Amino acid sequence: MIELNNVAMSYGGRALFENVSLLLPEGSFHFLTGPSGAGKTTLLKLCSLQLKASTGQVKLLGRPTDDLDRNQVAAFRRQIGVVHQDSRFVDHLSVQENVLLPLAVSHKATTDANDVSDLLGWVGLDHVAARMPPELSGGERQRAALARAIIQSPEIILADEPTGNVDWDMSLRLLDLLIELNRLGKTVLCATHDLNLIRQAKSRIPVRVLRIRDGGVAAAGADL
Amino acid sequence: MTRLQNLLLGDTTANRVVPPSGFTASLTVISSAAMAFLAVFAIALFLAAGELSNRWEAELSGTATIRLPVSETIDDQVTNVLAALDQTPGIVSARRIDDSEQLALLAPWFGQDIPLGKLRLPVLIEVEETQAGPDVEGLSNRLAAEAPGAVYDNHSRWRIPLVEAADRLRNLALISLLLIASVVAVTIALAASSALAANGQIVDVLRLVGAEDRWIANAFTRRFTLRALGGAFAGAIIAAIAVALIPSGVDAGILSGLGFRGGQWLFILSVPCLAAGLAFLATQIAVARRLKEDG
Repeated sequence: MIELNNVAMSYGGRALFENVSLLLPEGSFHFLTGPSGAGKTTLLKLCSLQLKASTGQVKLLGRPTDDLDRNQVAAFRRQIGVVHQDSRFVDHLSVQENVLLPLAVSHKATTDANDVSDLLGWVGLDHVAARMPPELSGGERQRAALARAIIQSPEIILADEPTGNVDWDMSLRLLDLLIELNRLGKTVLCATHDLNLIRQAKSRIPVRVLRIRDGGVAAAGADL
Repeated sequence: MTRLQNLLLGDTTANRVVPPSGFTASLTVISSAAMAFLAVFAIALFLAAGELSNRWEAELSGTATIRLPVSETIDDQVTNVLAALDQTPGIVSARRIDDSEQLALLAPWFGQDIPLGKLRLPVLIEVEETQAGPDVEGLSNRLAAEAPGAVYDNHSRWRIPLVEAADRLRNLALISLLLIASVVAVTIALAASSALAANGQIVDVLRLVGAEDRWIANAFTRRFTLRALGGAFAGAIIAAIAVALIPSGVDAGILSGLGFRGGQWLFILSVPCLAAGLAFLATQIAVARRLKEDG
């Protein structure tokens, strides 16, 4: 569950948005849309604790996140899977090692090799497990990022323009993966400006669309 | 204990997450090797200066010399002075230095063919003192009565400056060691900080997947500690070989004492260990500070 109460965010005195209140229930699928620069990425970064709100409160998994120390923030991040438009990797580690990073940093024993293979197979990357990230295509990078984001089975998945750098077929494939995760009970918040993608998702599962504009966030109209 | 265990045993992924090469790797290894090389010489100098100071102090503090100017009654004066010394508290023994010994003392300056009989050289009496020594003023007065012009010299005039010089040399070696340690710490801290800045993408990824600062710091710390250990070990071994090759001889002055004997060789092993310890602390502090600054 993601809850924002009267959250405001400003950069250098300029308010990006103000008094944003949201409640994304557990197991829901939300799209966040809006014009470039409206604050979609910022809102996602607030939800992944990469940024701290200027005012207001962000609650994740039912817990307020205002007064977390650095280790607690790290612990929260391990319960949130994040996929960016230009997902970054440790370039000198293989795809499989990158996917396993969240387990390594949380001192968890590496999962069974078969589990990793299954996960990479699920995102269609089992054939590139030993390759280095710079050798991957845009779509492969996004799927590798998704595999890394979900290897710890997080409750929340945040995707920031995950289909921004891939073609339509790959977009649909990524959407399939997100929908499948949502069906497994994960809360998904996906920022995108791709209305076709949103329509495609709406035709398959009950999704809600939030539009960020003019410093506020509101439910999008029926045109979407 | 856990941190030390992590440092020694490592973590497979943490070991690999920091790139194995780059200019900071070379900088750390080379500077550690160079500083370890210098540190071994500084330790050798410290030990040699200490031994020199102790030796001069020990050899010269318990002895004195009495000079009697040549006169018609010199033999009687010597007899009287020896008798007086025999009764003086603080004197263990006293004896006249004979011609052959005087010749040996003068030979380095005038050669072996000195016509001692034709020179009016003063007669010397070598005196061995107790640890407390005699009452110098009282003894000087007594000597003046027995042999006018006699001078009691307990070597303090040049013994004390020599010992002080050796002590200063030892202090300089110690200061050098401290400076070397500081340079190692600063160099490695800068290298670690640069490595962190150069690998900002890696740090971003690690944070994104939930790595705590300590995990990130340990990954960098282990790399830099092991690099410093390896570099310092190589530098110390090369320096040890160089020190062992310094020619030792009786006439080599301070150089004859520059080296390691027996258990002192273990000091060389302490250099890479100390370098590794410094690298560990410097990297931990530098990385922790950098991570906090980055937010």
